[in-house]
Amino acid sequence: MSGERPRDGLVRSYVVTGGRSTPSRNHFDAITLITCSAPGPGRGGLSPEQRKVLDLLAPSAQSVAELGARLHLPLAVLRVLLADLMSAGHITTQRPITKSDRLDRKLLEEVLAGLQRL
Amino acid sequence: MLDSSASDHRTAPALRGDERTVKILIAGHFGAGKTTFVHSLSQIAPLSTEEVMTTASVGTDHTSLPEKTSTTVAMDFGRLSLTDDLVLYLFGAPGQPRFFPVLRDLAFGALGALVLVDTRRLEDTYPILELIEDLDLPYAIAINRFDQAPEHTVERLREVMDLEPETPLVICDARELRSSTDALITLTRHVLTLTPENAA
Repeated sequence: MSGERPRDGLVRSYVVTGGRSTPSRNHFDAITLITCSAPGPGRGGLSPEQRKVLDLLAPSAQSVAELGARLHLPLAVLRVLLADLMSAGHITTQRPITKSDRLDRKLLEEVLAGLQRL
Repeated sequence: MLDSSASDHRTAPALRGDERTVKILIAGHFGAGKTTFVHSLSQIAPLSTEEVMTTASVGTDHTSLPEKTSTTVAMDFGRLSLTDDLVLYLFGAPGQPRFFPVLRDLAFGALGALVLVDTRRLEDTYPILELIEDLDLPYAIAINRFDQAPEHTVERLREVMDLEPETPLVICDARELRSSTDALITLTRHVLTLTPENAA
């Protein structure tokens, strides 16, 4: 983990996890890419689901949505697993998705050019 | 709805994890062609992800007692690499108003929405348009051409859907890659026109 990711202070609690809360939802947006740390810490103490997440990430990074689909886990549950994996140093993420992505003309122009090349 | 056949030979590049990701919502009423559209464009065999929504079930037919129920909302999605460094995700957005909270999360940071319409079910499109407008997402309309659909003029379609003059409306065939791509190009151009030059 870089330790430099901005935290926006928004925290959401999840009843399913006994009242624990996770980083803000946009930190684990459906399109946030998750990467396995290499070398990561030992896997002792991880739940079977958390090990499955790391197994899926071994060959390539995946978005939160792809992990959820492949593990058949609702995203709300997956986000909790990912938050725990991240705080233990097993995974890293991209920068959080922000609402201002849409206001980035350069990004939009790149999307347009990319679509035109398809 | 399309079947996701096991013989799907799509080859998306493996992701490194440092790519930039963007998303576009593919909205529309049930049967408008959302899944077909995502299938046409995705470079991975399309997947379905689930979100659980907890709602108070007061007022439903099933019980008169107020209690919490969980509803699972499935969202089809696909992925395509636009460049080595830029990955586009397309999400089939659930169109029922009761799924609005899920849609709002999905819409966060999205570039815009393409609203697919089957002209045989125009009245089913009105609540979708209201939903998308509530999300404050820029959108374009894509009339998905169905063989038995009645022919309407574009002017008439714009009128009945009460579209703003600047909202693009295109005719597309969600089964075809080229046609579906063109619809996304139209949407992206529209979003660009709404984006101020100096906001970087």
